[in-house]
Parts: sequence; structure tokens; C-alpha cells
Amino acid sequence: MRKLVQSHATEFALLAVMAVICVFLSFATPNFFSLGNAFDLLNTSSVNIIFAVGLLVVLIAGGIDISFAVAASVVQYCAALILGWIGGGGWISGLLIAGGLGILLGSFNAFLIHRFKIISIVATIATFNIYFGLLMFFTQGVSIYDLPEWLTDRVVLFEHQMPDGTWAEITLPVLVMAICVLATWLLITRTTIGRQLYAFGDNPEGARRFGIDIGAMQFIAFGWLGMMAGIGGLIQAHYAQEVVPNALYGRELDVLAAVVLGGARLGGGKGSVLGCVLGVLLISITQNGLNLMGVSPFAFKMIIGAIILAAITLSNTSLEKLLPFMRTQGGRQ
Amino acid sequence: MTGITARIRNLFGPEMAGPGFAFLAVMLFFGIASPQFLSGATFGSVAFQLPELGLLTLAMLLPVLTGGLNLAITFTANLAGLTVAWVLQANGGVDAGIGAFLLGCVLAIAVGAATGVVMGLVIAYTRAHPILVSLSMMIFVRGLGEFLTRGGDVSGFPAFLQPIGHGSFLGIPIPLLIFIACVLLWHVLLTRFKLGFNTYMIGSNIEAARYSGVNTRKVIVLVYTLSGAMCAVAGIIMLARFNSVRVGHGESYLLITVLACFLGGVNPFGGFGRVIPVFVALVVLQLLSSGLNLMGANQHLATAVWGILLLAVMILRWLAAQLMIFNRRKG
Amino acid sequence: MAEIKNPESGVTPLLSLRNINMTFGGIKALKNVSFDVRPGEVHCLAGENGSGKSTLIKIITGVYRPEAGAVIDYDGQTHSHMSPVTAQAGGIQVIWQDLALFPEMTVAENIAFHSLVGRTPRLVNYGQMREVAIKALQRLGVTLDVDAPLKDYSIAQRQIVAIARALIGEAKIVFMDEPTASLTQSETDHLIGIVRSLSASGVAVVFVSHRLAEVLEISNRLTVLRDGALVGVYPVEGMTQSRITELMTGKSFDQQVRAKPVEGNPVVLEVKGLTRPGQFEDISFTVRRGETLGITGLLGAGRTELALSLFGMLKPRSGSVTLEGKPVRFSSNRDAIKAGIAYLSEDRLSLGLIQPQSIADNLAIASLDRIKSGGFLSDERKRRLVAHWITELGVKIGRQSDAVSTLSGGNQQRIAIAKWLATDPKLLILDAPTVGVDVGARAGIFEIVARLAESGLAIILISDEVPEVYFNADRVLHMAQGQMAGWFDPRRSTLQEIEAAVYA
Repeated sequence: MRKLVQSHATEFALLAVMAVICVFLSFATPNFFSLGNAFDLLNTSSVNIIFAVGLLVVLIAGGIDISFAVAASVVQYCAALILGWIGGGGWISGLLIAGGLGILLGSFNAFLIHRFKIISIVATIATFNIYFGLLMFFTQGVSIYDLPEWLTDRVVLFEHQMPDGTWAEITLPVLVMAICVLATWLLITRTTIGRQLYAFGDNPEGARRFGIDIGAMQFIAFGWLGMMAGIGGLIQAHYAQEVVPNALYGRELDVLAAVVLGGARLGGGKGSVLGCVLGVLLISITQNGLNLMGVSPFAFKMIIGAIILAAITLSNTSLEKLLPFMRTQGGRQ
Repeated sequence: MTGITARIRNLFGPEMAGPGFAFLAVMLFFGIASPQFLSGATFGSVAFQLPELGLLTLAMLLPVLTGGLNLAITFTANLAGLTVAWVLQANGGVDAGIGAFLLGCVLAIAVGAATGVVMGLVIAYTRAHPILVSLSMMIFVRGLGEFLTRGGDVSGFPAFLQPIGHGSFLGIPIPLLIFIACVLLWHVLLTRFKLGFNTYMIGSNIEAARYSGVNTRKVIVLVYTLSGAMCAVAGIIMLARFNSVRVGHGESYLLITVLACFLGGVNPFGGFGRVIPVFVALVVLQLLSSGLNLMGANQHLATAVWGILLLAVMILRWLAAQLMIFNRRKG
Repeated sequence: MAEIKNPESGVTPLLSLRNINMTFGGIKALKNVSFDVRPGEVHCLAGENGSGKSTLIKIITGVYRPEAGAVIDYDGQTHSHMSPVTAQAGGIQVIWQDLALFPEMTVAENIAFHSLVGRTPRLVNYGQMREVAIKALQRLGVTLDVDAPLKDYSIAQRQIVAIARALIGEAKIVFMDEPTASLTQSETDHLIGIVRSLSASGVAVVFVSHRLAEVLEISNRLTVLRDGALVGVYPVEGMTQSRITELMTGKSFDQQVRAKPVEGNPVVLEVKGLTRPGQFEDISFTVRRGETLGITGLLGAGRTELALSLFGMLKPRSGSVTLEGKPVRFSSNRDAIKAGIAYLSEDRLSLGLIQPQSIADNLAIASLDRIKSGGFLSDERKRRLVAHWITELGVKIGRQSDAVSTLSGGNQQRIAIAKWLATDPKLLILDAPTVGVDVGARAGIFEIVARLAESGLAIILISDEVPEVYFNADRVLHMAQGQMAGWFDPRRSTLQEIEAAVYA
């Protein structure tokens, strides 16, 4: 058990903080601790979690991507147009188109980074501006409300009537999110490609000496994030029942904050799917709890910002001092 | 003669190649493509648009030189603007006097600097990644601003603020004058002060700098403090330009400032970069959007072209490096 | 110079390279080099930094591709170049100088790393990896928790992991790139034991090193490179350290003890009972004007920690430090620098100099107040300061604005010394000043040290190479496990006596 805590310190710290917040909220508000609310949380966090696990793969490989959220907007818009041309399509064709377009946009980042040795933050800030500028230019900022019916219909996978008559529902985005999370977990922990991504992020020169294909690593990492961005974009359109070109603008930084809060390291080699999901959920739970407590929505972000700032400060200093058994000794016997 | 070229090299450094090249390319392209481009009107519009983005870029520059980032710049500018607005409103709104405005400016700079101090302390003492620290500060400051304004605008300022946003002095727009003063201040700071010298050293290797007797924590805190203070200057100019303050004004500038730094030859890992090439890069960006405007495109297309320009410069830089290796091999 | 090729010809080499040429950015790194290794032999590949040793290994392991015309015969097959995957599959293993390990991954993953590599994606078999790792560690007689992340282990333990990784599978030839650089004596002994058993089981071992004392005794043959060219292949029997140095540098050295009487000089630094628990205890000594005090001892003897405490970067628990008669207590190294203490770091690459920055800025960084004019930093004053010290220490540079990383190790070290001299110190602490400096350039560094002492500077010279302190210090303090273990006077003791005490 101690070993488990030691090797997953971030995840346990997040769980502990979440538990404290949940207990507090359960007493502070009557509605927090209910199935309906829990399902609601999952429904609303799905898109961010899909983005987050994609970004996690890029961070593990030692890169960073600023462009994925606007790439998701581009995919949303293009997918809506393509679906219109082919006469509607369905979930399968929709996901294939969105995922494919996403991979394409992600691969463009990988191409710039690998072929021209542009570091990832520079390349993706450039593509961020290109993707967003072109999207707004060609769409004139006009939203699409006329989406295929299958895309806008709510799909309820599980429902349960609560004693007070309201329905607790799990909807399609949760299923897609679960599949994305599972797939990413399989990729990075169970396949050789995933371990090569870790190795590459941890020690690029060492990875090169062992014959790991650096170019392939970049394409896989950014392609995976692109695919997740595409799928997340489609799901967001489904959830919002509309496509607004600048709806996801700015989301990249919120997701980045959540992923890094979840223990991924800027610089590569470190991060887990569990931590990443917990990072997103911690922020959602806090927001949800504040909402239920009747705190002004305008204060949410302020409080969340303060919490993240405090979390970073604590996780970098006193966590190890507070809990000495978590400290990893140099040169254990 | 060699003294002069040495001086020029010293002033601009090798970072000048990218933005200089881009400047010539943009002038040439729009000069040929659009007859109205080389006119006073273009430069007038550039002169008025340059300062907001430029001041924010200066605020971004210092942290980037230390190998960090300050993602809170735009909202810090908003918060500083709000500070001025409240001081003015508390002192009579449209009837407020110069004294109230000056007091507001001092408080605004203090507020901007305060966000910087907090970030600087956290980064310097916990070694947390600056992207992360400034990101959470950004979320916090944005939230604070939205909480205090309930998402609305604050306006109703005295008339004497008008010239700060729109006036000219000897034919040069006043915001531009303020911006140029700040550029020179930053240039002197980075080339003539210990703080500037140490900023570069820390950007390349903070531990080695510490072993050489540099007070690295102090430098980091000061860098973020100055960055925050510069945000406040930008916020005051924005207030005067729009004649109102709203949290979210200038939000889209955030990543453009990073783009401008990189375009200006600043090393993304820190340690290298000069103010003057960054200034030229900013001029290029504004010329580009003015030129595209003349040709009937909107700001969104300009944003895309900015991104393409950054890629083009990075690819050319890569090509130049390849060519140099090739030549040496031949030689 | 006599060139002996294949002294016992007739044995078929396991690996044989001919016509190896390599160019980086216009500079020839290898010029028509040939090299061969026989089955089961222990071979030393010697040469100064930059002589092309590492490049040669990277060609053999497929990291680099040699220029056209190269012939690589390995295990009965001829190649024009190798690839990392074929080299490993063929049994060529390397223990890299920087270890090339993955700190965030587990010990098992690091040891069985080869099973994660390869183009075809597949599922990871963690069970098999653990088994392989445990078996490999058992073979070395070491137990480590294979599920723990590697970053939890010390550098020496990591080196064991790197060795274990090289020995899994059917290794036929193992390259060890500067394997003893970060090891203590007992760890080195352990390593030599491993090499003996490898060799006995038919695996060829190639040591790549510029410090050969510890490996010479177990080697069969020696290949020497200089400036990217082959100097020759020699049998180890009858070779001496000084003869190898001569081959590596192309010059001959003979050293003399420089120690001189300094008892009459005024005391600069007095240390009494200085203690930092776990690192050093009850250390007392004095250093006088013009004196060079040598401190030696094995890695982990507390030498660097003691130096950092004198420099204000670590805080001693108890004891006192007196500088020119005044008791001092530093809260940071800035106080120490102001008081007149300078410390040359043992780690020049990452702590001693800021490698990407210019020569001028590296030299001026600690004395910015001296290049001010009217309150502002003056480029002209900086240029003059730098020019002064560059002439003073005889540093060869191109332009002052060149990155310090473009200089050779010896010239970099001179810049680092100049940086401290520019602060006008009373006491200069030199921690391992010749690490990463070519043998040929070391004498130049000690020449400077002697001149500085003559000019009245008090110097503490720390080194784990006993001959360095023996020949260059006036008195030698031996530290072991954080304690003072003994004093030696080079004029009365022999080198062998001190070495015997240190390596006991």
C-alpha cells in the first residue's frame, strides 16, 4: 500500500483533496451528494476529459499543444459541412470523419515539429492562429444550428428516476469519453508504442540511441491528440446541439491546467490517465459545488484559479514535508 | 567603419535577421499589391494599433527571456484598467480630476505588480512551472475581474483621457510615444542593468547563475513584477483607447504576444532575445493586418497570416542552418 | 612512433572496422580509422576528449552512419553501416557515459528496454520484463526493487541498472563508455569483477576511457585515438600510465612536486570543528597566503559539501570559519563572494559555466559591479575586463561574444577561473578543476594555479585524483567518510604512501 501511495503520490493527493471537497459539499448543500448530480458532472465533463487524455499523450512525449481546442472547432465545422454534403451520415461516419480530420490537423503539427525542428510551443501557437483565423475568416463567425438529427438527439444510455421525480441520466458523451479514456490508457500503459512515448519524453537522446523512431513518436502523439480533439469536437457539438466557431476558443488553457494538475509534467516522461481524469473532475466538482452553494457564477473562476495556484504551490513544496512517508529517498536500499 | 557595424550588430544582434527579412517582404508585397499601402494612412493606423499589443508583448518578453511565460498578462491589464476606472468613478466619474487619474495609475501599476510578485514568489520558491503558475493566476485574475464587474463594462471617464488614447503630439500618436518610451526603457533595462544581464543568464541556466552569485530568486520575482507593471501600462492605454474597461478586452492578444516574441528571434527556451527585433516584429504584424485590411480582408485572416508568417520565419531559419552546415562541409 | 598492428595476428576478430570516416558540420571527427575486437578479450579504447572515441562507438551501435566506403565486419557478416536495432539484436551492447536511462520508468522497464523497442507495435509483457530484470540483477549479485521508478536510485545504482541492461540477452561484445567516472573505489572494484567474469564467459569488453589506471590491469590490448585518427594498437603488457598519456597527447610530461614552505605566511582562512551531520564532521584546518592546500578522498568523502559550506551555499551545523582574523557566517554564496571566497564548481558543464552564453558574459557575471560606468553596465568596460583576463590566463578564443560552449574543456576551465579572479578573491576553492579537461591541457591549468599561489592567493585544491594534489599542493588533507583522515606533506611522503592511504 505504501509503495502504491509512493508511486502514485499525485493521484492520491488529488483523491484526498476531492474527498475533502466532496464531504464538505455534501454537508454544505443538500443536492451535491446525489446520483443525479454525479451523472450531471460526468455528462458535462466528458468533452474536457476527452481533450485532456489526448493532451496527456503529447505532454508525456515531451511536447505541448496550444492548437487542439481550435482544431476541434475546425473539425466540428468541417464535419458538419461534410455530413451535410453526404446527406446526414450517422454516428459511425460522424466519428470517423471527425477523428480523421483531427488526425490530419494534429499530423500537420507533428510535421512542422519533426521536419523543421520547430519546438512544439512555437509550432502550435502558429497553427493555433492559422486554424482559428482561417475558421473565423471562412465562416464569418456564423454558427451552424441545422445539424443532422442523429447528432442533436440526446442519447440516454442509462436512466434512473430519483425519489423527487427528477431523472438521473447517463448520456452518450459519457460512453464516448469512457472509450477514449480506456483507449488512451491501453495505448500508454499496455503497448510498446506507449512505453516508447514515455521513454522519448523522459530522455529523447537515450530513446534515439535505442533506435526509437523519433518522427513516428511525434506523429503518434500529435495524431492521437488530434483524433481526441476531433472526437471531442463532435461530442461538444452533440452536447451543445449547435456548432459555434469560437465556442472552444480558450479551452486549451483550461484543459492544460487540469492535465498538469493531474500530475503530467511539462517536459515529458510523466503523467497518468487516472491523474488526468481526476484533474478535470476536481475542477468540475469544485465548480459544481460552488454552483449548488449559490455562489455567484462570476466568482467560480476566481476561486478555481486560487485553488489551482494553491495546489501547485503546495504540491511543489510542503506535500512532501507534510507527509514524510511520501518522500522518495535518493538511493533506497 | 567596423566600429559602426559592430555597434549595429550589438544593438540588433543575430535575432534581427528574421523580423528584418519579414519587414522587407511585407513592405515589398503590399507596396506592389496595393497602391494605397505606402501612405500616411497605413502608418497612422499602425501607429495607433501598435501600442496595446506592443506593451503586452513587452510584458511577455521578460518572463520568456527567463525561460518562462506569463499567461496572465491580458487579464492583469484588464484588472489594472478596472483599478483606474474605479478610482475615477469614486472621484466623480466624468468630472474626476487629473489627480484622481494619476492616483488611479499608481494603484493600477501596484495591482499589476502585485500579481507579478505573487507569481514570481511561487515560481522562485517552489520551482513550479511558470506556464502553470501564470495559467492559474490568469484564471484567478479573470475570475476576480468578472466577479467584480459581473461581466459588464465600466465606462464614463473624464474627457482629458481622450488624448491619451487618440491624441497626437508633434504628429506622433501619444499611445505610440508611451510605447516607444517603454521599449527604450526595456532596452536599457536589458542591456545596461544587472537585472537585465542576470535575466539572460537565468534563462540559460538558473543553477549555474546561482553558483556564480546571482540572486536568482530576486531576479525571478522582479522579472514577473515588472511584467505585471507593464501589463498595467497596457491596461491604462486600453482604457483610454476604448473609453471603457471590460474583462476580456484584448484577450485574443495573449498568444499573439508570444508569437511576436518568437518572431522577434527570442529563444523559446530563454536566455536570448532583444527588445528592438521584437519591436520590428510587432511593426511587421501590424503592417500585415493593415495591408490585408486595405485589400479587403478582415482581422481574422490577418491572424491566420500571422501564424503562417511565424512558421515561414522558423522554416527559413531551419533552412539557413542547414545551408550553413552544407557550406561548411563543402569548405 | 612505432605502430604495431595486430600483435598476435591469426585470431579472427569478432568485430572489425575499416575505412571509417565521419564529418560533423565540416569538422572531420574520424579519419580513416580501423578498429578490431577479438572474442572474449578486454580491450581499452583510449583517447582525449574529442579524439573520436564516442563517435566510433556510435557508429558501431548504429546511432551514426559512417561515410561511404566504410566496412564493418561483425560476427561473420559485412555491413556498410549498422542500425541500433540490428546492433542490439546481434549482441552489441553499450553502457553509455550518460547511461541513457529513463528515470521516470521502472527499473524493470529500464533493464528489459529492448523488449519495448522495435517497429511492430505490440502489447507489453510486464511479467516477462520483471523476470528478465530480476535475472539480470541476480547475475550481478544485486537486489533492487524492479517495480520502483529508476529516479529513486542513486547514480551508482543506476549504473548497475545500465550494466544489467547491457548483459541481458546474448551479449557478445559490451562497450563501457567512461564507466568509472562516477563510481567510488569499491564500486569500481565490483565493476572490474563483473568484467572479469564476462570475459571468462567469452564476452568481449571494450573500455572507453581517458582514465585508465583502474582498468589497465585487466585489459589485453589497447587502441589509442588522437584527433580522430588511429595512433596504434598495442599489447597492454609493459604499458605504463605515462606512456599511454604520451600516446594520447603526442607529448611527454614529467611532473615534479611543487610543494614549498608557507608556514611563515599570514593565515587567510581558519576552519575550526566545522560539522554538517551526515556529510562532514569536526573539520579543522588553516590556509595561508600563497598556500595551495590539497584535499583528496574518495567520492562521498564530503569534500564538495565542505567546499560548498565554506562558499555559503550549505549551512554547517556547528563550528567556526574565520577569514583573515574575522569570524564569518554566510547566508548565501553572495556573502561569501563579497567576503573574498570563490568556488570553482566540479560540474563545469551544468554549474560552473552557462554554456550557451558568451565568453564575455560568463567571465563578467560575478563582477558586474566592476564594469559599471555611471551606474550602468558598460560594454566597453566589460570588453576591457575580459580582454585583460584572457591575456592574463592565456585563453585562446575567437570573439568575446562566442558561446563559451565553443571552447575546449581546458579553455572553458580558464574562463571559469578568470570569472572568479575577476572578483578579486582572497581564497579560491578549486573543486576537481581537471574533470573533462584533456590530459595535455591539465598541466596548463596547474601552471595557472601555481602562478596564482605565487601572487599570494590562498588556494584549496580538491581532487579525487591523488597525483594531482600530490604534485600541485603544499599540504594534502585526506578526507574519508566526512572525517579528517590524515595530513601529508608531498616533500616528505611519496605518492604511493598517499594513494595507499586513500584507496585503503
